[in-house]
Amino acid sequence: MEKTRKRPAKKAFVDRNLCVACGCCVKVCPMAAISVAWGVTAQVDMAKCIGCGKCAKECPASVITIGEVSA
Amino acid sequence: MKKKWYDYLWIASLTYLILGFFNILFAWLGMLCFVIPLIIAVANRSKSYCNRYCGRGQLFQLIGGKFGLSRKKDVPNWMKSKAFRYGFLIFFFAMFFQMLWNTYLVFAGAQDLRQVVTLLWTFKLPWNWAYHGTLFHPGVAQFAFGFYSVMLTSTVLGLITMVLFKPRSWCVYCPMGTMTQLICQARNHSAIQQEQQICTATKNN
Repeated sequence: MEKTRKRPAKKAFVDRNLCVACGCCVKVCPMAAISVAWGVTAQVDMAKCIGCGKCAKECPASVITIGEVSA
Repeated sequence: MKKKWYDYLWIASLTYLILGFFNILFAWLGMLCFVIPLIIAVANRSKSYCNRYCGRGQLFQLIGGKFGLSRKKDVPNWMKSKAFRYGFLIFFFAMFFQMLWNTYLVFAGAQDLRQVVTLLWTFKLPWNWAYHGTLFHPGVAQFAFGFYSVMLTSTVLGLITMVLFKPRSWCVYCPMGTMTQLICQARNHSAIQQEQQICTATKNN
């Protein structure tokens, strides 16, 4: 039997230049994977992020995108 | 997730707006929304005011999110650009100082107390029914009228962008948010630079 190919993992990426550090994403993250670093930008812990996209949907500035990462 | 006491601060924001309709002197309480974020940004080097305690943000989230009064569309690119955010901060500052100047004129006796609330820096709404005299100088009341104008104007702007875009789109161009972010940037300058150096080094290797 052919081995099923593992899908590439999805993760959240923050555009640090445009992030306003409001912290809306932090509140909705089910994995507590986001924090606001130094009051300047949101930061995603890639090890915890499951790429669910809740933060991207919530972000008032829409600066979070969900992208695939190769393992 | 279990709600904390600070998740209910939208009640305080709403109460503040309502109180201004009954007695304008309550407008002075709004200074807390200016002073607390600045203290947190300077002393704690963080934006935890925006992140946790901002009652206005919670109010927009509630009305736009839970009550569904928002189109939940992306804000236009120009609105999140640094040029617009910094420009709006400067404009807000200019309007704030103009308000302080008007207060000064009343204190100095050069101008009479104007019992109006100026909405969107243009429309002068009669607000005399919320003023019943004060034990203090009329200048104290003039500041209250001016400050409430600032608070009401920003709430109206926030409500408009809440409906048009995402619930908390006010946060994108909120002058206090922009200002505290700039303060945090300056206060954490070395830590940010250090991390950037590590990032570039990792990329190069």
